[in-house]
Parts: sequence; C-alpha cells; structure tokens
Amino acid sequence: MQRLYNFAFFDEASKREIRRAIVKGISVPGYQVPFASREMPIGRGWGTGGLQVTLAIIGADDVLKVIDQGCDESVNAVNIKKLVCATTDVETVEDTAAATIIQSRHRIPEEPLRSDQVLVLQVPTPEPLRSFEPSEAKTRALHAEADYTGAWLGLFDRIVRFGEGSTGADHPCLVNGRYVMAPSPIPRFDTTKLDGSEHLTLFGAGREKKIYAVPPHTRVAPLDFEDRPFRVEDFDGLSCRLCGASGVYLDEIVDEATGETVHQCNDTAFCAKRRERAAAGDETKGE
Amino acid sequence: MGYVAVRGGGRAIEESLRLFELERASSGASVALDRVQACFPDAIDQVMGESSLYAPRLAALAFKQARGSVEEAVFLLRAFRSTLERTSETCVVDMEDMQVKRRISAAFKDVPGGQVLGATRDYSHRLIDFSLADETDGDVRDAAARLRKHFAEAPDDARFDGHLPKVLDYLRDQGLIPSCENDDTPPADVTMASLEFPCVRSARLQTLARGMTQAVEAFGYAAIRGYGPAHPTVGELRSGTVELCVAADASDDADPLDAFYLGDMRVCEVESVFEVESDAADASGAGLSFDIGYGLVMGDTETKAVAMSVLDHCLELGDPRYPTQDEEFVLYHVDGVEAQGFISHLKLPHYVTFQSKLDTVRTARERQAHAASV
Repeated sequence: MQRLYNFAFFDEASKREIRRAIVKGISVPGYQVPFASREMPIGRGWGTGGLQVTLAIIGADDVLKVIDQGCDESVNAVNIKKLVCATTDVETVEDTAAATIIQSRHRIPEEPLRSDQVLVLQVPTPEPLRSFEPSEAKTRALHAEADYTGAWLGLFDRIVRFGEGSTGADHPCLVNGRYVMAPSPIPRFDTTKLDGSEHLTLFGAGREKKIYAVPPHTRVAPLDFEDRPFRVEDFDGLSCRLCGASGVYLDEIVDEATGETVHQCNDTAFCAKRRERAAAGDETKGE
Repeated sequence: MGYVAVRGGGRAIEESLRLFELERASSGASVALDRVQACFPDAIDQVMGESSLYAPRLAALAFKQARGSVEEAVFLLRAFRSTLERTSETCVVDMEDMQVKRRISAAFKDVPGGQVLGATRDYSHRLIDFSLADETDGDVRDAAARLRKHFAEAPDDARFDGHLPKVLDYLRDQGLIPSCENDDTPPADVTMASLEFPCVRSARLQTLARGMTQAVEAFGYAAIRGYGPAHPTVGELRSGTVELCVAADASDDADPLDAFYLGDMRVCEVESVFEVESDAADASGAGLSFDIGYGLVMGDTETKAVAMSVLDHCLELGDPRYPTQDEEFVLYHVDGVEAQGFISHLKLPHYVTFQSKLDTVRTARERQAHAASV
C-alpha cells in the first residue's frame, strides 16, 4: 500500500464533496449533478468518473470487482483495480456475488445484483441530448423544462431512415418519469436490468464532471414508440460455446482455425463460474 | 491477439510497463533534476502553468518521468495536485508591483518608464547553433562570466529598478478606456466547482491560463485570422516576478504588513487593446472606445499570454457566429488533460458497443433488403 497517498487517493474534503454529489444524485434519480471532478492518475475518458465515485464511497471492508467490456482481466479494468488497491488495500474479486462495489465500463453483470451491492458505471458522455444540442447551457435548460423533443426526434429519425428505431448502446431512458438519462454505453440488453433493480447504480462522468444515479426500485423506461417498441440485441438461437449459456450477452468471435463465427459469454466471470459449477457437478455425478 | 478476449490483462500490463521502462533505460543515460530545471526552464514553466501548480522541482521530476513529453508531465502533476489539501489563499497581487524583467508596448513608442526589451528571443534568427552541440559545463560558466562582466560595465542610465507604471493607466487617464469599479468578488475556482455557463470572467481566465498552451494559441490565432474578428494591439506585455503572501489571519482587517511572504513567482501579463463601439448611453457620448483583453500566465510563456488576452476579449463579446467567441467551444476544449484523455480512450476496447452497433446495422440492412425484394 502506498503510504505516500491518503486512503483512497483523495484528501478527505474531496471525498466528502463527491459523496455529497452522489447523495444529491440518488435523491433526484436521473438528474446529472455537476461536481468538481478531480484530475486522476489515469486518463480522462478512461473511467475517471467511475473511479472517483468508487474512491469516494469505498471503505476498508469493501470488496471490489472491476470489469471492462464484461471482463475482469481487461487491461483497463486491471489498471483501475491496481490503483484502487494501491491506495486502499481492499480485497478484489472476480465473482460478482462476492463483491460489494462493482465498477464497470459498458456492461452490467449477468448475475442479478443484490440490495447490498453498488454498481458504479463509467460514463463517457452523460448528456443524452448532446448529439441534438451541443451547448451544455441549453441542454440544462431542456432538462429543467423536461423538453425531450430532441431525444424523441433522434429515434424517429432513425426509424424513418433505417426502419430501425434502436440505437446502438447507450439507449436513452426515462428515469422515474422525469429525467431522460444516458445509461452509459451499456448494450440495450443491459438497459432493462436498470428498471426496478434491487441494487443502487451510480454513474460517474469524470471529464464531463457529472454524477447521477438510479436508486433501487426506480422505474427506468427506454424511450420507444408504441409501434416500434424497444428491442434488445438479438442473440436468438445462439449460445456460449464454452458454458452453453443462452439468453446472455454474447461476444462474436472468429475461430482462426476454421474461419467459423462462434459465440461466447461476454461476462467472463459468469461464464467461468458456470463452467466451474458444471465441472463440480460432473465430478459429483462421477462419484 | 485481442487485448480483452484473452485473459491475462494484468500480466500484459506488467510486461508492457517493463518494456516501456526498458526503452527508457536503454539510453544508458540519466539526468539530474537540477539539470532539467537548469536547462529546460521554458518546459518547466509550461508544465507548471498547465498544471495550475507552482512547483518547479516537482515539474522537473514529472518532465523527467514523462521523458520530455509536456502533455504527460502535466497529466502527472495535475493528478498529484488532486491529492493536496487547500489550506490557505494568497493575498491579492497587484501587477503594478511586479519586479519587471521585460516590458514592451506595441501601442506607444514612448511609454512612461520606457520600453524594456529585456531578455527575449523575439529578434533572434532561428538558426541552429551548432556550437551548442559540443558545449561543456565549463563553456556555459565562461559564457556567464563574460556576459556578467559585459552588463556590469553598462552605463548607469541603462539600469532600472524593475518598477514601472502600467501602460494602460495612460489611456485610462485620457478617458479612452471606460473606467470601471474594482470587482472584489472572490474569484471562481474551476478546479473546485465545475464550469457553469454563462461563465463568470474569473472562471474563464483561470481556464484559459491553465489551458493547453498550443490550444490557447491555436484558438487565439483563429480569432485574429478571421473566425471571430479581433485584431488587438498589445497595450502592454510585462514579464517578471511577483511576491506571494498569505495573510496572518483570515479576517478582512488583517494588516497586510503582517502577511507571511511565501516567495516569488515568475509570471507574464498581457493587456491587449481592442477598438470597440461604445454604448450610446456612455457618459462621454463618443462612438468609439477601447476595450481590454487580459492574459496572465505562469512563467514566461508569452505567446500564450497574448493569445489568452485575445480569447478573453472574444469571450466577452460572445457573438455566437464565431466559435472563438463561444464560451463552451473554447473553454471545454482548451484543457490538455481532458483532450489527451478522451482522444486516447479511443484505443480502449469498444467491442460490446460495437456488437450492439453490428446488431442494429444488420437488422436495418435485413429490413431494407426485405423491403426491396417485396
């Protein structure tokens, strides 16, 4: 542990200030709370918002899991974990169920989270109206007036031009019937997991200096039209080549040997756990 | 080999860092911090300025660790700054009290106190000096001794005590610059609260002062070239050291003479003059007057200070037709650490999001193909 730095890197006043922003965010679901985002030892846009949230809420007894694109061993996840550990000495795990704080980029774990777990999502662009209106002063006014024409027009435009209303990841959602929120670039597949969840989700955008939250049991409705309902990514008929799971988010991989397209679980910890259990089950059967 | 799909990211990072360290160490040469500070003062100034942290030795260390990359050194120093508790604020500095090393005015030939060219490379020929290639420490010391002797022999009337009146006071006395009350509102600190738009001027000035030097210069250049027409006259550029003090106690009536002296800091201040149409309601009733653009930067980064004064004026005008007068456009994008971070994040894996895009594109294409076949 690096004694040169305070527990969790920041000075206490900074942590307190970030926690205040978090509390405000929880109190007003989906509302982007501006905060004095600090400069971090990792790059802006590399998860500094999520990292600041994690460092502000983490205690010595917490158990941390960090994933990037569904993977605990992804280079950036390892890097973030290393920094948190170097300044807090907390235990880290890959098993989703064993973690108290899960910091993630672009995914929500497959295993449903519990009420005693906090999910921290890294956010590159917190403003769902940014592609429609570049000015921050104006988008703040639009949120204040709940004027979400721009978000609806964006979807309508896609339908007219492509016959497909779905965006890629980061599909805008209406939170608690009031604020339209960017759920961070999680796939549409994960967006539905935010709705009425057991756990608290905190969103940190470091470069854009915003924190927002979806508290447990909050309504999170992806924007859609009655005749063009929200649609998640289609993995119908596909399953993981390693653990056999279906109904999960899959990575598409080209088998270099055969040139065939194969699929496997994107959530590597979930996949590993399933395979361990299957192996243990086989052994039991064998006895 | 994918950098996510394959497990073992932790080991990959360790090995990558070792490889990086090997590249550094392969040179077989190290440089003492004293030498970095002595030989690269302009780089140190730039690093400290963009980091909003006056710490020459730390800046030199960051510069060494960053292998001479200013962008990276700023990144290191800014992250370090985040861990520091703010204990006190310095007293207000009056720039008229600057111990001036150099002061020029492009507006008046004979300014009160005179033009002091000081040390500048402005009028040098940018020819590579091949004699520096084999220069030794002894050569440098000899040169210093020779030049000191030269200046010691200078006639007395070529000396000045370093105190000069401000050039623009002359224009103020003539009523050509609208007079205004001193604004003693405590300044904003953009490192303690996020920017809000429209911005207060102090937040703007601070953002520009700590902005990426080349970005401030590029935007400033765009403004005087045509994207936000503003061609200033440099009323005064003064460069030198100012004294920084902390009041003995926090009360307003603390005696300034009791303040603790912390030290000197090298700064460069620019006041640019712009011709503007004055308000008809102006007491003088005259149609034209002058406005001031203000630039103040740490160290000796003069071009940045001039560019900052241009942008300050542009942002005061705030005509949305010109990007250089658009607060959000300028202030959000001059920050080096943010620009570097967000651009380089594109190197991170994005394949969950790309898978999602693939799904959308495939579905849309199927839909269109189906429509075409019907």
